[in-house]
Amino acid sequence: MARVLLRVPTMTEKGSVIEIRALIQHVMETGYRPNAEGVLQARDIIWRFTCRYDGEVVFNAAFSPAIAANPFIAFTIIATQSGPVSFTWEGDNGFTQTETRHITVT
Amino acid sequence: MKRIALALFACCSIASADERRSGLLDMRPEAQAMQRDDSMNPGMLWVLDGEALWNRKPAPAMQSCADCHGDAAASMRGVAARYPAFDQASGAAFDLSGRIIQCREARQAGPPLARESHDLLALSSFVAHQSRGLPITPPEDTGIRAVRALGQSIYMTRMGQLDLSCGQCHDDHAGRRLAGSSIPQAHPTGYPIYRLEWQALGSLQRRLRGCMVGVRAEPFAYGSPEFIAIEAYLMERARGMEVETPAIRP
Repeated sequence: MARVLLRVPTMTEKGSVIEIRALIQHVMETGYRPNAEGVLQARDIIWRFTCRYDGEVVFNAAFSPAIAANPFIAFTIIATQSGPVSFTWEGDNGFTQTETRHITVT
Repeated sequence: MKRIALALFACCSIASADERRSGLLDMRPEAQAMQRDDSMNPGMLWVLDGEALWNRKPAPAMQSCADCHGDAAASMRGVAARYPAFDQASGAAFDLSGRIIQCREARQAGPPLARESHDLLALSSFVAHQSRGLPITPPEDTGIRAVRALGQSIYMTRMGQLDLSCGQCHDDHAGRRLAGSSIPQAHPTGYPIYRLEWQALGSLQRRLRGCMVGVRAEPFAYGSPEFIAIEAYLMERARGMEVETPAIRP
């Protein structure tokens, strides 16, 4: 499991715009770099990030080899109802990780 | 006259103390924000890994760091601000990473930690993080003074094909630019740092190697007495400045 730093407000007002920040530990190896022996290192990147709010996709992003290691992403959503916010990162070598936080909307 | 001269001297010494600045302040605002907010600082990933390692036994029969040292927030507070320190028993100076390596081998009798390995960087950053915000306060014993003097002489020695000493850039031309990058004053306030160029956390020794390769000198080995001496001198030079671990640098 990769380590993840998430910032999601736990409580907010209905209709407010909230900022979500997500940082995940990942090498994001481009596939273009030779190692010490001169052999190309296989590509190992996260290629998709998806955020679901109460089951519905509210944000997603496609990552490319040009994205730096430990990718950080910040975006905003509108708080409409209480529910789970889940974050999924999918990548090479079967990498997949999902984290869930709960937002209470008053 | 004498009084004026004394007053002038006092002014000058205060002014020169104020001129010291952390590399943090020379970065663009986005990179500064990255360091200041723990939810954006990728160095925190290593700190959290270090916290997990602190509490975990390396093997079932062995003790964890926490079994001896307890809560790091209390026992490790201010420790990184005092290193490198001179060890009377072995007659040598230890940097923080070297002390962790020594503790792992001698006290925990566990598998050795390699320099620049993920686990060692994680543990060092976790321990150093406990001193964040505290002033750097190098020790004052005679052992470390000798090491520090060696460090100062290496700092002032021209080396490599470019025939440059550390001081010729970081004392004489700090604040100016070397091609596209600014020349910092070289205060080791936030090590281990997350360097954007590395896209990973690295130690002060890795950073020093970068500079030595830059002047085309043969770098000292990791954990060598020379590197520890330079670190001891740099920490004295940064006395009183705040520990920032884990810092972000470009």
